[in-house]
Amino acid sequence: MTAPSLAKAPPPARGSALGAPSARRKITDRAVQGLVYLAFALAMIPLVSVLWTVVGHGLSRLDPTFFQFSMNGVGGKDAGGGAYHAIIGTLEQVAITTVIAVPIAVLTAVYLVEYGAGSRLARTISFFVDVMTGIPSIVAGLFVLALWLLAVGFGFSGFAGALALTILMIPTVVRATEEMLKLVPSDLREASYALGVPRWRTICFVVLPTALPGVLTGVMLAVARVMGETAPLLLTIFVTKAINTNPFDGPQASLPTFIWDQAADPNQNSIDRAWTGALVLIGIIMLFNLAARLVARRFKPAGR
Amino acid sequence: MTSDTGVETRVGAQHRAAGRPISTGRIGDKIFLHAARGSGILVLVIMAAIAVFLVWKAIPALQRNEASFLTAQDWDPNATPPKFGIAQLAFGTVMSSLLALLMATPVAIGIALFISFYAPRRLASGLGYVVDLLAAVPSIIYGLWGLLVLAPHMEGISKALNTALGWIPLFGGDSPGKNSIFTAGVVLAIMILPIISSISREVFVQVPRANVEAALALGATRWEMIRLSVLPYGRSGMVGAAMLGLGRAMGETIAVAMVLTFVPGINLHLLEDGGSTFAANIAKSFGEATDTGRGALIASGLVLFVITLVVNMAARAVVARRKEFV
Repeated sequence: MTAPSLAKAPPPARGSALGAPSARRKITDRAVQGLVYLAFALAMIPLVSVLWTVVGHGLSRLDPTFFQFSMNGVGGKDAGGGAYHAIIGTLEQVAITTVIAVPIAVLTAVYLVEYGAGSRLARTISFFVDVMTGIPSIVAGLFVLALWLLAVGFGFSGFAGALALTILMIPTVVRATEEMLKLVPSDLREASYALGVPRWRTICFVVLPTALPGVLTGVMLAVARVMGETAPLLLTIFVTKAINTNPFDGPQASLPTFIWDQAADPNQNSIDRAWTGALVLIGIIMLFNLAARLVARRFKPAGR
Repeated sequence: MTSDTGVETRVGAQHRAAGRPISTGRIGDKIFLHAARGSGILVLVIMAAIAVFLVWKAIPALQRNEASFLTAQDWDPNATPPKFGIAQLAFGTVMSSLLALLMATPVAIGIALFISFYAPRRLASGLGYVVDLLAAVPSIIYGLWGLLVLAPHMEGISKALNTALGWIPLFGGDSPGKNSIFTAGVVLAIMILPIISSISREVFVQVPRANVEAALALGATRWEMIRLSVLPYGRSGMVGAAMLGLGRAMGETIAVAMVLTFVPGINLHLLEDGGSTFAANIAKSFGEATDTGRGALIASGLVLFVITLVVNMAARAVVARRKEFV
């Protein structure tokens, strides 16, 4: 990861029969090698800096108060206050998102791989799933705002936020599930058909269980991704400093919007809270990432 | 669906007992197929609904607008009469994401080459994971970091750039600052690095082994091998990757909103404080927006949606075209 371990690369291939490469070619080769190493090192600077500063600044307010209290009645200048309301909100919103998005996404992937393979509808869906991956998160928020809040007439709520996150979660889970279903050997399917098992039971009890670890990894990565989304939540759950445990009624808080709210206040106490919020958020996200990798490594799909 | 399961097995058992052909599970199959196809179609419906509802809710605000939506620079939808236009937002969005693209693409392709061809085999996947960690960091944290850590450093860099390249209008101006479109571009560049490099890597992995070995057998150095076999093969894939990165950068909201200080009017000097983008403007103005204000923001979001849709579709088409040649 750091310079010393990168330094020993295998020597460049040499065409012995044709004579050694000229000095100019060697220098070019070395120069490019240097540039490529530099590119990687360059990318590590922000990563290390982000993690370093978040941990460094975040530790100062990482105390029990932070996890036990909301910001209700706490001003920007005041010390104390916490993110209890935000953590509750984030967990509820992400849970609802997962419950809605995963079945839709898995069924879509099943259609793409098992039923529709090659058909025009499947190709269209597949293309739009790709396009959906690129929808800016703020547009997902605006869509829920236009549909759920303005057209249907509901108010700001954690559920509205979950709807926006669902739109962002579906394509990632579809892609992950699709990849995994494709890895399931067709021998397994054929063996099941040969035993007279109907197609849908084959899918439910043979194909999906085989692909399960991979799907689980995909879901966890998707959860980690939507958990850090801020923009769509600003438009759908709005802002509150108080605890609201009911995701279906009234504005809710979430960790990302908590950070956004605190960072907008120039007082040092607020900035400290923002950093600690960032540390907690990044901690949860990294946990999910790590767990996903572990699941992926532990149960490799029975593919080839 | 559970009750159907029961019926199916019982019917199957009866058939087996009677020595007749076994049930093909037609009912269960039908339900399952419809559920699967329905979910797939739901994805299409959502995409269509996004367009429909954004248009529907944008129209009233657009009708009340007293300024030209496409060319006006001010954003005052809450005033009476409401006046708003997207010129400044479009300028900021295009400039910041182009800057990000220019900075990120070479570095990202360098990373992809490094992981695919230079790094020791054993480390390669681990290093790829480290780069992917950059993508796992949420944008709000890049925003916080950009605002409190990067921006103060950018002031010096901006001043140096201004002194050296001030004769180029984009780098000109009298007061280079830290909350500029340039700073936003740097943050965006960091954020789109992982997607460009991971898609480039996917392409590099697919370069036929024979091409690589043929180049090496002819006595090519490693760089010559890359230039002769990898880059030509991966060109459209890299173009597609860069375009996907561009789409990402244009839609990025929170990091940009936190880094930029809003100053009204288009400022060609990218190193000076100010500027705004579609997405950042929505996040910043939503809190105080009236009915018309929300409609106006939805209208600007619709423009962003269309632009990113076009960029993404083009990018996917480019990447897909390469697949057909494989």
